[in-house]
Amino acid sequence: MAHKNIIPFGPQHPVLPEPIHFDLVTEDEKIVDAIPSISYVHRGLERLVEKRDFIDMVHVADRICGLCSFMHSLGYCQAVEEIMKIEVPERALYLRTLWAELSRVHSHIFWLGVAADAFGYESLFMQSLRLREGVLDIFEETTGGRVILGVCKVGGVRKDITAETLQGILDRLTTLKKDLDELCTVFMNDYSIKHRLVGVGYISKEDAYTLGCVGPMARASGLDMDMRSLGYAAYKHLDVEPMVESGGDCYARCLVRIRETFHSIDLIRQAAGKIPEGPIDLKLKDTPNGEYFSRIEQPRGEVIHYVKGNGSKFLQRFRVRVPTFSNIPAMIKVLKGSEVADVPNIILTLDPCISCTER
Amino acid sequence: MSEPQEIVPIGKNELVGMVAHLFAEGYRLVQIGCSTLENGYELNYSFDKGYRFKNLRISVAPGEDVPSISAVYTNAFLYENEIHDLFGCSINDIAIDYHGTLYRTSIKTPFSVEHVNLPDPPKPKTAAPPPPKDKAKPQEEIPVERKE
Amino acid sequence: MTKTITKNLLSGPATLMYPKKKRRFTPLTRGHVEVDINACIFCGMCSRRCPTYAITVTKDCKEWQIDRLKCCVCNLCVEICPKKCLSMENQYAPPVTDKTTAIYTVRVEKEATGT
Repeated sequence: MAHKNIIPFGPQHPVLPEPIHFDLVTEDEKIVDAIPSISYVHRGLERLVEKRDFIDMVHVADRICGLCSFMHSLGYCQAVEEIMKIEVPERALYLRTLWAELSRVHSHIFWLGVAADAFGYESLFMQSLRLREGVLDIFEETTGGRVILGVCKVGGVRKDITAETLQGILDRLTTLKKDLDELCTVFMNDYSIKHRLVGVGYISKEDAYTLGCVGPMARASGLDMDMRSLGYAAYKHLDVEPMVESGGDCYARCLVRIRETFHSIDLIRQAAGKIPEGPIDLKLKDTPNGEYFSRIEQPRGEVIHYVKGNGSKFLQRFRVRVPTFSNIPAMIKVLKGSEVADVPNIILTLDPCISCTER
Repeated sequence: MSEPQEIVPIGKNELVGMVAHLFAEGYRLVQIGCSTLENGYELNYSFDKGYRFKNLRISVAPGEDVPSISAVYTNAFLYENEIHDLFGCSINDIAIDYHGTLYRTSIKTPFSVEHVNLPDPPKPKTAAPPPPKDKAKPQEEIPVERKE
Repeated sequence: MTKTITKNLLSGPATLMYPKKKRRFTPLTRGHVEVDINACIFCGMCSRRCPTYAITVTKDCKEWQIDRLKCCVCNLCVEICPKKCLSMENQYAPPVTDKTTAIYTVRVEKEATGT
């Protein structure tokens, strides 16, 4: 006779980088339902627009999340620039693309490490984070901060990169790529990893589309969705290719992220080859009056920044819709019918970034 | 990089009909956002298909009910629960309703009309106290409080 | 397998052996804000620009004060200073045990600086 139990998952769990809570209703090792509960790190950042003017809000947007920090300030700046109808200089667009792709590389390597730790492979976790240190050192040399970059501003960027620094970055990325190759061969071919990931957490293509999946979770189910094809920043001059797999399970999502990391290193190389000379910022004249939805591809999916201004120095509304929030309904569907022991793996393949979700 | 974005203001009663129409055409629900206005709320429903972005917008007064679209798009339940918890805007018949336990904040509905102060639009050039005075005042108040 | 073992034994630990080896900071690293009080004209622009309200400037007793725990090292004050008397050092501010020790005050009358 099946007996229903409620198992609480989170907010403190060795696997989770950030606190989220699920009440799992189980019947003898199989999960029947999952009830999410968020707001453990809700800071009410969207109400800070009443107190900080639109130029200072970039610093708030930077600090929404640690892993996706640069992308949030990029999205905010783009939205404000579209409202004020400013043309950002080309060199600033290329620099922004460079930092955005480096952000993606470090976020995916971090995810690989944390996922390896979740299914018990601690030495892979250590190796991945050691490689990630190389990228964080690049950030520190070019912007001054390791995690919170603080380099994007409305009208351009705040710091420049000289040509020798750029060459140094490319050399370091070549060494990084070689080490990453060795690491990813383990991820893709190891027998015990495949045993834990293949066939787990399957979601079909139609379900992924109607339930609103974005990012690697959607691309692993066969949906060809990548916001970089919209051509914001310098992506219109680069050769972007969305990495699509058709497996739909945790293994496919792992593969998508690994392929995206290599593709990002390639994009950085392309951008460094094409970067033009010129100014890196613009002087601002008036205040924003209007509204705009700015769509960016973060490492975790499609993020939307909605900015609305009415002509005064303070904005009326700033709303961020993050990809993790959009993936939660799909994840609740995936959790139903899976085993209790697979729950940490499934939740991690969604790559939850809860500080973004709850701003 | 501006992509064409359509914003279509509609009435509350046409909402479910238009949403079902978009679902039949293959659009996916991107987000449901809410903004606090002077005396009311403005709900934005965003849809996307093949990188084309379309928005439906309805305005409600505080206390008015809004029909839910979670019968058409299942993932809308999470956005509608969030709007109900943070803004206090009541939405009927959400498919999975958490009754206020999704966001547990110490003030209920922190973003509702009573709690949010919207900035004033700039006064015309003849009249004007310049806006920097707004920022100078909190400068003196806050360091005194925090030192304790 | 032997290749991995020999590589591991010969190359040593991958982490920085702190505190024997100090961390190398880059010239651009944002560590903490320092002021050259003799060049300061007490215009107060840095305190108006600070997004966290960490700097307080009093013109009549010629005092410049920063709360290091509130400062988020965003570099805005350094960029806006008209006399360029603020500078960003690249060592991080030292840890403290209570909040009042982190407030760093500089005055012009006396020779010695700081609390």
